[in-house]
Amino acid sequence: MSKSAFNQPISVAWLFKMAWRDSRKNRSRLFLFISSIVLGIAALVAVYSFKDNLQRDIDSQAKELAGADLIVESRRPLEKARQKMLAQLGDDRAEERIFASMLYFIKGEGSRLVQIKALQGKYPFYGKIETSPAAAATQFQSGRNALVDQTLMLQFNAKVGDSVKVGALNFKIAGILNKAPGQTGIQATIAPTVFIPLIYLEKTGLTQIGSRITYRFYYQYLNDSELEKTLKKIEAPFEKEGLDIETVASKKESTGRSFRDMSRFLALAGFIALLLGCIGVGSAIHVYIQEKLSTIATLRCLGLKARAAFLIYLIQISCIGLIGAVLGAALGTAIQFLLPVVLKDFLPIEISMQISWLAVAQGVALGLLISILFALPSLLAVRKISPLNAIRASFESATAKRDPLKWLVYVLMILFVFGFTYLQMKSMAQSIAFTIAILIAFLLLMAFSKGLMFLAKKFLPLSWSYLWRQGFANLYRPNNQTLMLTVSIGLSTAFICTLFFVQAILINRVTLSSSANQPNTILFDIQNTQKDDLNKLTKSYKLPLMNQVPVITMRIEQINGKTLAKDTSNANAFRGEIRATYQDSLTAAEKITDGEWIGKVESDTAPIYISLEQGYAKRLKVKLKDKIVFNVQGTLITTAVGSFREVNWGRMQTNFRVVFPTGVLEDAPQFHVLMTRIPSKEVSAKYQGAVVRKFPNVSVIDLDLVLELIDELLSKIGFVIRFMAGFSMATGWIVLLSAVLTSKNQRIKESILLRTLGASGKQVLIINAIEYFFLGVLAAGAGLILSISGSWLLAKYSFDATFTPPLVPILVLFSIVVGLVVITGVLSTRNILNQPPLKILRNEG
Amino acid sequence: METILEIKNVSKAYQSANHELTVLDNINFSINKGDTVAITGPSGSGKTTLLGLCAGLDRATSGSVTLNNIALDNLNEDQRAAVRNQYVGFIFQNFQLLPTLTALENVMVPLELRGAKNIKATAMTLLDKVGLADRSHHYPVQLSGGEQQRVSLARAFSNQPALLFADEPTGNLDAETSEKVIKLLFDLNKDAGTTLVIVTHDLELAARTNRIIKIKGGIIIADESPKYV
Repeated sequence: MSKSAFNQPISVAWLFKMAWRDSRKNRSRLFLFISSIVLGIAALVAVYSFKDNLQRDIDSQAKELAGADLIVESRRPLEKARQKMLAQLGDDRAEERIFASMLYFIKGEGSRLVQIKALQGKYPFYGKIETSPAAAATQFQSGRNALVDQTLMLQFNAKVGDSVKVGALNFKIAGILNKAPGQTGIQATIAPTVFIPLIYLEKTGLTQIGSRITYRFYYQYLNDSELEKTLKKIEAPFEKEGLDIETVASKKESTGRSFRDMSRFLALAGFIALLLGCIGVGSAIHVYIQEKLSTIATLRCLGLKARAAFLIYLIQISCIGLIGAVLGAALGTAIQFLLPVVLKDFLPIEISMQISWLAVAQGVALGLLISILFALPSLLAVRKISPLNAIRASFESATAKRDPLKWLVYVLMILFVFGFTYLQMKSMAQSIAFTIAILIAFLLLMAFSKGLMFLAKKFLPLSWSYLWRQGFANLYRPNNQTLMLTVSIGLSTAFICTLFFVQAILINRVTLSSSANQPNTILFDIQNTQKDDLNKLTKSYKLPLMNQVPVITMRIEQINGKTLAKDTSNANAFRGEIRATYQDSLTAAEKITDGEWIGKVESDTAPIYISLEQGYAKRLKVKLKDKIVFNVQGTLITTAVGSFREVNWGRMQTNFRVVFPTGVLEDAPQFHVLMTRIPSKEVSAKYQGAVVRKFPNVSVIDLDLVLELIDELLSKIGFVIRFMAGFSMATGWIVLLSAVLTSKNQRIKESILLRTLGASGKQVLIINAIEYFFLGVLAAGAGLILSISGSWLLAKYSFDATFTPPLVPILVLFSIVVGLVVITGVLSTRNILNQPPLKILRNEG
Repeated sequence: METILEIKNVSKAYQSANHELTVLDNINFSINKGDTVAITGPSGSGKTTLLGLCAGLDRATSGSVTLNNIALDNLNEDQRAAVRNQYVGFIFQNFQLLPTLTALENVMVPLELRGAKNIKATAMTLLDKVGLADRSHHYPVQLSGGEQQRVSLARAFSNQPALLFADEPTGNLDAETSEKVIKLLFDLNKDAGTTLVIVTHDLELAARTNRIIKIKGGIIIADESPKYV
């Protein structure tokens, strides 16, 4: 025999033909295996398509999003010269002041903290303010009118034509504000907006010193080159003065960036569904190949080379994987139309959904890659199947021999998970952490499953009845599904439960802050002259004065002798206003971590030692004894860093990054904050009404309302998370179904043998039910333990909160998973028991 | 006479737990072209192991196997597969038809593997010879045991092997069907001039060959012609 005869290549066409022939009776099963990845691919394609569409719409609607070609923003009043210069920019211009204030509904006597936008000019130059009636958007500036957000109108049952009070002035509601440029539904819920004409702002009396007003200037440029020229001229000086500049391009960039983060999160959630599917595919293909042992051995006897045998099954899996991926991409393309509905509260623009062929191609490629990669460990075993299996049954299992290539595939799998995560997160550390977390979860579940199998084998109670012993023993007997089901169901349970627990931790954290004797109402912007009268008013309602502190607005002028101009590396330290207080002792929420607390300055010449919150000090890059000069509304005050504090921000009270000792700021312009606890909604409404009527500049934050808003916000976020987790849940169930059907094929002969030996159909069913019950308990238990541990770690180290596992939801989740496993298992084996054993045996043969 | 299979000092041992289990011990024999040989022995005597070694399905622990002047010991698994495809045919006790292939496709496989021409016609001729031309598009599950073994016979002869190995070819068949299959096997073998090696413990079947090698406990205890031949 010549050497060339040994190396005679096999025709590729024949390999395809053989793959097709071999798949004949297995196509529906193969498709079931691959369907595990369909939902994962669908989730990713939906997210990718949505991302592409969103980016395209952001690009095309960026002007409407910004509403102007150029926006200049300042958080403090501008000097006259700068105002003059700003008044000359652009071909058309508009001006706006934004601040928080109380809005009082005169007819309904209700009040709420809102975001007031005092507008003058034709803003938006692009897009429109959507109102009912539509004309109100442009006409409200012609008189003492207001546009009131629709959520407020609904909350206070107000109608167009009613009056509202802003500060000292009454305004007529000219229209309902449905949407402002660039505003999302969530923003409108958290901080509902009220537009009033700018010319009336002064008369409201809400512009005293210390009021936190944002100044915004909008410009329209008919000529792009003019805009370029202006930008070149103003960028450097405006940056120096702390003025923010926004253009259509920067708006596009910032909006795109925030939605990229959201898309990344959604893609990762989809990826977890895909990973679960991959585990399902890997395990199912493993069983499939085991079943093909005899066929492969016979083909090897007939002269088929190992590589060719491997290629036949690689072709089979690739084709089915491709079909699964295409189906997933098609489903994802359909699902993408749901995403704008799911995310509607977070979107600032209208999304026009189109098919993204790039996303489809990415999904198909990913599906193909992943089905091959996760099937490879089993496929590689095909090369090692000995022809001896044809003449000697159970000569060896397909995976008995160690294969270094398999380890290479495992490494590739880990690299794939890491690489995909990195493409989503763009952060090496986060990607490594995510990959390691997945790997640890996987290994822990594997170890858990193996440990339990070992224990079940060792301590199987012989006193149990035969049915229980048989069902229990199925967990560790050959061809058991324990490992696969524990890992796949355990991972999906862990993922879904962790999402649920984290949501609960966040809500509990906020709820705890507001419970018992904690204050639930904050009043701020109280002027020195109003302090005593407000205290009297509060006491007259029998409300406690729980926390009353002065607040002084200031900026950092120098750090260790360096100004912003000399220390651009620390530019953020000099930007923005700081709201500081002075006190002679620490509050219960504060603890000194370094240095010494000094509560009082003894003389005018003594050094002023301030205390900084430790995180803020780190951001400022200052050490103890460093010198900081503050600009307190025109007066420079030199201080030294005396101590660092740890602040419990979760405690419901006023907390400050910068605390001065007493004896320094008492005469500085300041306002006060008062906290109290109001026992009921009725008292709260009456008290707020009285405050707004008597002290129109004072703002009231109703923490119960804030809690409701946070709850609403978390529910909306939770809905998005649950929507994505739904893919994992459905995938988990498909993996379960696939695993159960696989094990059905392996157990069928045994069940028939039992029936032949006299077992009733019911007894066989009970044995199967017991097996699936134990499997469900193991898998759900392992997933829950993993989830509780993960949630506890997240609560302790990430959210700085306590985590008490919620017993009832845990039991409900546990029961649902176990129930699903048992029902799926029993239903899938039931039909076998209704047929004569011989018929099934012949079909199986 | 030309030797087609030569077994020299062949031993086969398996590592089992802490001890070595010797299944075949220093086996020596050769088979000439055109011979019909039966390897007989009780269960566990090592006859199937010996068949596996002779057909190049496994490697001997020591000794050499030469098939059609090709030393199998130095070949890797894929090279031995090529040898099997070129020179060897198999008939299995449990038929080993590929369940997802029709009768015709099962017969075509060895020819397809060697890239032969007129595959379908050749396979149909063989199916016709075994009386199953009208069942060519049936799947194994649709055929009786005897029919499956006849398809298996057609497949075994499809690549015109120099050497045909039959492992308990009637082990799963009733007496009447066995007789028909055996007759067919010997007729086809005679027509093709193939060397036939049958592993069986059916002494009646063994008696129809012109040489019987008896093994027991992994060693050859007799190598003789049937008495009435």
